Amino acid sequence: MTALAPPPVRNRRPETSADSLEELATLRATTSPTVRRRRERGEPSAWTVWALRLGVVVLGLGLWEAGVRAGFVDPFFWSQPSRIWDTATIAFANGDILSNARFTFTSTVLGFVIGVVGGVTVGLSFWWSRRYALTAEPLFIAFEAMPKLALAPIVVLVLGLGMGSKVAMATALVIVIQVLNTFSAVKAVDKDLTTLMYSLGASRWQVFTKVVVPSTLPWIASSLRVAIGLALTGAIVGEYIGSTAGLGRMIQYAGSTYDIALIWVGVFTLAILSMLLYVVVSWFERRLLKGITHQA
Amino acid sequence: MVTTPPRPGASGLAERSSAQLTIDGVHRTFPSPDGGTVQALVDANLSVRPGEFIALIGPSGCGKSTLFNLIAGLDTPTSGRIRIDGVDRSGQQGLVGYMLQKDLLLPWRTILENVVLGLEISGVRKRAAHAIARPLLTTYGLGGFENRYPHQLSGGMRQRAALLRTILFNRDIILLDEPFGALDAQTREQMQEWLLDLWDDFQKTVLFVTHDIDEAIYLSDRVFVMSARPGRIVAEFEVGLDRPRKPSVVTSPEFVRLKAEARELLNGAHASAAPLAEVA
Repeated sequence: MTALAPPPVRNRRPETSADSLEELATLRATTSPTVRRRRERGEPSAWTVWALRLGVVVLGLGLWEAGVRAGFVDPFFWSQPSRIWDTATIAFANGDILSNARFTFTSTVLGFVIGVVGGVTVGLSFWWSRRYALTAEPLFIAFEAMPKLALAPIVVLVLGLGMGSKVAMATALVIVIQVLNTFSAVKAVDKDLTTLMYSLGASRWQVFTKVVVPSTLPWIASSLRVAIGLALTGAIVGEYIGSTAGLGRMIQYAGSTYDIALIWVGVFTLAILSMLLYVVVSWFERRLLKGITHQA
Repeated sequence: MVTTPPRPGASGLAERSSAQLTIDGVHRTFPSPDGGTVQALVDANLSVRPGEFIALIGPSGCGKSTLFNLIAGLDTPTSGRIRIDGVDRSGQQGLVGYMLQKDLLLPWRTILENVVLGLEISGVRKRAAHAIARPLLTTYGLGGFENRYPHQLSGGMRQRAALLRTILFNRDIILLDEPFGALDAQTREQMQEWLLDLWDDFQKTVLFVTHDIDEAIYLSDRVFVMSARPGRIVAEFEVGLDRPRKPSVVTSPEFVRLKAEARELLNGAHASAAPLAEVA
């Protein structure tokens, strides 16, 4: 026993544990308290962060432009910011960008909506029959494992060069993930809640509408952001394979004519479109979640 | 044991709610994963008079929940009958109020919307159901919480809401499966008082499952002792304490005597369970 904490000796203590007790006392005497250093400065201000972000972008573009002018970067392969800007102004002025963006936007949104509604409907339908669910689930998992983008040539051949094939591609990518996600949500519904409902004499339809659907809504809401990204990918790939319009087709066309600047214009437009969709869907998701869970 | 006089204070109201529950030789066997069978409940017999407060005590796995699921009609007995008002109601749901251990309030509904769930399911219009529930929420300690969501309430308050939902389901018999099991000692005591008030006001027939001998004796008219593996009712005794009971009754000699008796019966239930477990 060290001098630090001599415990009162009691007779009941078995002899065998004496060594352990001594060991513990020694350990206690030799441990020092840890100190966690707190951060002195708070969060950096929003303005600083935005300024820094903008700075990084400007620096990147500046280096690119300078690299081309100094001859380090080959503009044939990489183009250059100034030329991209010129191409963009022209493409905007003649309406090319806007009409192509509208095509891509429309097929993405249609594919997203059809995929989500269809996927959620199928996923929820699994709640009704165990046999049906057990039969269908592995088939959906198999479909999910299949690289659906590889099906694009068939889809375009069957549905043609118009918007239909793009919507179909977007839908195909979204729907499977929605089915599986919704089914996970259905499986996670609290069994005690359904028991309670049945004990109150509820019909299956009442259990479905009053418990199953509201329970799964948060899952569905949080899958929307992934779904919109998938829808856009599907639509673009459809356009790459063969299309009459769209940003994907514009990029593909520019690539085949070595118009590197136009490729970049297409890519940046796509990026903006993608961010826009993401922001809108995130906002919708937050609204939906707040409406269901009533938590901030 | 038919000698118990009707509950003191039981007025004409109690006679009117003539619900009577009879469990008649009920067995429930489940298939076990190894291909055999598990006897969850063996030869359960009990008969409950209208307005009576019954407590069931027993170790885990004594088939209390199985029994409640059978009474609530969520499960059907392997053999035997469950009669309500003399009619065989085995496997029929919606005839008794059933409160599970968890409060099971729907998180997306306000307290008011939660307590009217039973009425809503039985087809009462929302406005009418709300009109019935609002004054009751105020009377029974949930005034001002009507439009709150469950996550904004304390455990005790949520349990109150869950119990009011069970009461508002408007059935003569209510089953309470360890409703206060998760509450701290002080809240639990308040809730017991509150439950006795409710029982007095609504004249319900109550079946109450608990692990707590004190709680069982304090609340009930009769206590059934169950044993585990296989689950069976092994003993019953009457609680002759006068009503209304004050919390101080727990120190009275009669209470202490009943408690000792209950403990002995429970220990007996444990002992008798041991050899049976080897057979099963």
